[in-house]
Amino acid sequence: MPEAAAVPLVDPRPPRKLYRSSDGRWLGGVARGLAGHLGLPVVWVRLVFAGLFMADGLGALLYAAFWFFVPLGVGGVDSGRPSAFTTETAPDGRRRLVARKPDKGQIVALLLMVVVAMVFVGNVNLGGGAKAYLWPTVLVGAGVALVWRQADNARRARWAEVGRRRRTLNLLRTAAGVLLVTVGVTGIFVLQGSAAHLGSVLQAALAVLVGIALLAGPYLVRMTQDLSEERLMRIRAQERAEVAAHVHDSVLHTLTLIQRNAESANEVRRLARAQERDLRAWLYKPEGTGKDEADEPDTLAEAVRRNAAEVEDKHGVPIEVVVVGDCPLDDGLSAQMQAAREAMVNAAKYGGEGGAVQVYAEVEGRTVFVSVRDRGPGFDLDSIPADRMGVRESIIGRMERNGGTARLRAVPDGGTEVELQMERAEKTS
Amino acid sequence: MNDANEPTGAVEPNGGATGAGVTGATAPTGAAASPEPGAAAGSAGPPGGRHVRVVLVDDHRMFRTGVQAEIGQTDRTGVEVVGEAADVDQAVTVITATRPEVVLLDVHLPGGGGVEVLRRCAPLMAAAEQPVRFLALSVSDAAEDVIGVIRGGARGYVTKTITGTDLVDSVFRVQDGDAVFSPRLAGFVLDAFASTDAPPVDEDLDRLTQREREVLRLIARGYAYKEIAKQLFISVKTVESHVSAVLRKLQLSNRHELTRWATARRLV
Repeated sequence: MPEAAAVPLVDPRPPRKLYRSSDGRWLGGVARGLAGHLGLPVVWVRLVFAGLFMADGLGALLYAAFWFFVPLGVGGVDSGRPSAFTTETAPDGRRRLVARKPDKGQIVALLLMVVVAMVFVGNVNLGGGAKAYLWPTVLVGAGVALVWRQADNARRARWAEVGRRRRTLNLLRTAAGVLLVTVGVTGIFVLQGSAAHLGSVLQAALAVLVGIALLAGPYLVRMTQDLSEERLMRIRAQERAEVAAHVHDSVLHTLTLIQRNAESANEVRRLARAQERDLRAWLYKPEGTGKDEADEPDTLAEAVRRNAAEVEDKHGVPIEVVVVGDCPLDDGLSAQMQAAREAMVNAAKYGGEGGAVQVYAEVEGRTVFVSVRDRGPGFDLDSIPADRMGVRESIIGRMERNGGTARLRAVPDGGTEVELQMERAEKTS
Repeated sequence: MNDANEPTGAVEPNGGATGAGVTGATAPTGAAASPEPGAAAGSAGPPGGRHVRVVLVDDHRMFRTGVQAEIGQTDRTGVEVVGEAADVDQAVTVITATRPEVVLLDVHLPGGGGVEVLRRCAPLMAAAEQPVRFLALSVSDAAEDVIGVIRGGARGYVTKTITGTDLVDSVFRVQDGDAVFSPRLAGFVLDAFASTDAPPVDEDLDRLTQREREVLRLIARGYAYKEIAKQLFISVKTVESHVSAVLRKLQLSNRHELTRWATARRLV
């Protein structure tokens, strides 16, 4: 299949070009493409082709010509119908092709085609000698259709990742097509000569094939390599562009806000910190881990960082987080996280003027330890009236109810430290 | 090479410059640990009349200018910036030519990164006479970068958000041959030396002692050396020697985690 004009990736819908439809098709997508182009229902176009097919196979030739010369594209999709290959993003981040069941129209068209072919074969009025050539010709036609269809699929695969399982299927299809063509052509030759010549005909054909392979093989191989390399580059470029777009947007945004709030030091600091966090999340998180802020954290390290980030944003006090080790969250740990968050809020509110709040979390064996320290004026639990339940309830009480311990203490050189300790639940796996 | 250099008498650790200690990443300790008189305070003249010659290696001119403005006023801070460099080749040339006492080294540099500078300056680091010491400075969060420069021979690691006062303090600490750990680095090290089932190859190098672990934990929790000393009832000198011991282990240990440890965050 020759390289048709490259399909423009970004189509600002200039004059409408005729494309073969890449979805909702069952052969070459010609009928659907034409229908889309002309604004007719696709059934009509298919009927016209079928009718023309009766006229001494003109329809088939026309269809083949269209198929050969019209580039595959994204024309003629009925609105409101799901595309045939909606790409879904799998959990592992790879795009998958999600095949849609063939619709009724396609099946009807297929049946119709078979019936028409039968009628055509029955009715065709050729010379007595030519009649014999009919079946081989039909075989060749079917084979060519299969191979071309396959070529289309290969081109489509550039837009949508195709799974490995489908790839073997594709190879099988191509092989079947080639086989059909070979059988058909051989049939024609045998009919022309006689069965006696079959051997020499096959030999000659084989020789020609080998010759072509020798001549064109290297070119083909190089071309495929170039193509796949180019595709890889394009994927990389896209990835880069995506990151750049995200980063540029949010950084520019932040810079604008910083300029606008230049006189409010606190606000500027808060904006800068938030942006820094965002950037770091993009730069240093391993591929494919929750770059999405939306999903709930499911490990301790994530939860600590998330809580710190939220408190930081809300209270405008920088919170430094150091986490050693990591483990999945369970109920007890979730309670510990809430208590830790409460401690961070207190530290930011009452000890924030002393500088950054330092949060340290460590998983060691079955024990999870979290400390939150500020460098504020200090804080004495005993001096707080008994009816004030804030710290007592939300930090100490919460930890104890869940089987952990909480300790508040004044640090010798100023500031307060809250230490939270919790045993992890036994693994329930 | 060796231009007449005023003797600083600071080859062996001198306890006078413990100041606010290592506070790491961004904890501005200006208000925190009130520095003793004569300690590195960065306001009332150079601490203890000390003087240190520094080279800045960073590919961001803006950052170099900022650091220069913040710590480079020799009469106030005692830090004299004797050279700057923006890439690996330049850095090696400048460091060889000026023989500074401390180099502030960016982790990410064109031409091979900070690690490459360390590799090519190895003879200068090992010199018996006036060794050149390196302090890594970075915005990076990638543990392998940080651990990489430490294993390459840097005497410590601080993030670029460190305050001027703390930076001056860290520079003097490095000049004294001590190690400078920011909370983040302490966290990385604790992770790297986490207790695993794998038997240590070298008992002395592949394990942290209980005391070292305690010290690192407190650093990671944002404590200054002085506070750590109080907390553990030991002297600041002892804290410093613990930290230096950890640094040595970090540089010499062959635990496979230290080379491949960043590949898997430890999920206990």
